[in-house]
This record gives sequence, structure tokens and C-alpha cells, in this order.
Amino acid sequence: MSLSAKDKLAVKTFFDKVAPNAEEIGNETLSRTLFVYPQTKTYFAHWADLSPGSPQVRKHGLTVVNGVLNAVGLMDDLKGGLLTLSELHAFMLRVDPANFKIINHNLLVTLALMFPEDFTPQVHVSVDKFLALVSLALSEKYR
Amino acid sequence: MVVWTDQERAYIKDIFSKLNYEDAGPKALQRVLIVYPWTQRYFGGFGNLYSAEAIQSNPMVAAHGTVVLHGLDKAMKNMDDIKNAYADLSVLHSEKLHVDPDNFRLLADCLTIVIAATMGSSFTASVQAAWQKFIAVVVSALSRQYH
Repeated sequence: MSLSAKDKLAVKTFFDKVAPNAEEIGNETLSRTLFVYPQTKTYFAHWADLSPGSPQVRKHGLTVVNGVLNAVGLMDDLKGGLLTLSELHAFMLRVDPANFKIINHNLLVTLALMFPEDFTPQVHVSVDKFLALVSLALSEKYR
Repeated sequence: MVVWTDQERAYIKDIFSKLNYEDAGPKALQRVLIVYPWTQRYFGGFGNLYSAEAIQSNPMVAAHGTVVLHGLDKAMKNMDDIKNAYADLSVLHSEKLHVDPDNFRLLADCLTIVIAATMGSSFTASVQAAWQKFIAVVVSALSRQYH
């Protein structure tokens, strides 16, 4: 499953529109990930406050969403463009790749509730494909 | 046995009370057919599914979406024993419809997205947690009679 020209346009148009809300998107996405799927909290045991909306969650949520926005610009070569991030996740963070699906799901939920008119089924399928390929690129260096 | 807190029961009842079955059901089914096109394999008799627009204006899809959502009603009304409430439905999906159970998860995810879009910010993390637990129980119950 690779991105068609139509997919890339849909992804770029949608994320260009929602980018100004990056902080809220990031906060909602990460807050929901930690709250609804508590096993994900195991990666953040060193944080003082893991509750939804905490300063650390907000800050890191923004980091993650900025990563996604950055990947939008790398759609023509996700594997190459995300090599360094993949090394980070593989060798340092060692996040089990199953969690990429979890955070992607919560990002989709967040996008749907914040942008119900724009997150049409057509946009949804392109974004879902894009996020799956981002996850694949992030897993590249794992083994 | 699944244990539900009073808060979780209230959240689930609240979600269903806010749903327009004739709107959310069709939307969820349309979404799963568009986002995961291989699910169309089960709807060969539904006519034109060749584009997103065709799927969204297909009356058979809309009608069936409503049927599916009413099926979820049964789980909401039998929250303390969804497993048994869904035994016959599970057999139906396995023996008669031959649906790969992974599709239940795909439809559940699309329904979650539709509910999030409908409820907006009132679909809080706490509400989502209750909903994800509920839908996971439903998916498990539907998959249970497969052999």
C-alpha cells in the first residue's frame, strides 16, 4: 500500500489546514493514548505527571505532532527522510512498534473530533495510509 | 465476566442517547468500505461501490449501516452479559456470512471516529476509555463462536 498522488495531495491539504492547531492536537492525542491505553505509560515512568493535559504531556504531544507534520514534507521518501528518527526509536527509545498503531488511532480520533467537516472518509483513508507508512519508516532500523 | 463501573455504564448510555442511528450507522459503514476497501468483499450484492461518492450515496449501504448500529443496541442493553447476548450473532457472522473477525475491529474503529466527529469535545478521554472497553467486548463476543 503506497501513497498515490491523490493521497499525497489529500494529506498535504488537510495537514496544512490543521497545522496551526498542532499543540492542541498533540495534547489530545498523547493524553488519550496514555489515558485510554495505560500500558503506554510504561514509556514515561520518568515523568512527574502523566495526567491528560499536564505540561509534560502537552510538550511531548507537540513534539510528536511536529514530527508528523515534518513527515508530510517527506512523503516522497519517508524511509530515507525518517532514518534518524527511526534510529532514535530503535536504539534509544525502543518503543514497541505496536504502540505506533495506538498513537495513530488516537491521532485519528482527535482529528475527527476537532475537524469533523474536514476529516471526511476520503481524507481519512489517505491519512490512515500515510500514518501507516510513517510507522513503517520509524520501524525501519529496529532489526 | 466484564465488570462495569457506574460511570462507564452512564457514559455508554449517554453515547447511544446522542446517536442518530440512521445517521451514524450509515456513516460508519460507508467509512469502513472507503477506508478499508477490502471490506467490500462482503457486499457484492450491494451494487455500485466503485468510488467513495458511490458508496456514500448507495441506499443499500445506508440501510445496512442502520441495521448494524441497531445490533450494537443489543450489547448496550445487555452490558452484563454481552458474550451470551451475541452468541447467535457470532454464529451468524462465522457460519453464514463468513466474515473475517478482523473486520469487526475495522468497523469498530470507524464507528469510534464517527462518534468522535459527532460528539466533538464531549468525547473526552474518559468517555473514549469507556467506549473503547465496550467496543472491545463487543468485538470479542462477535468473534467468540468462530471455530
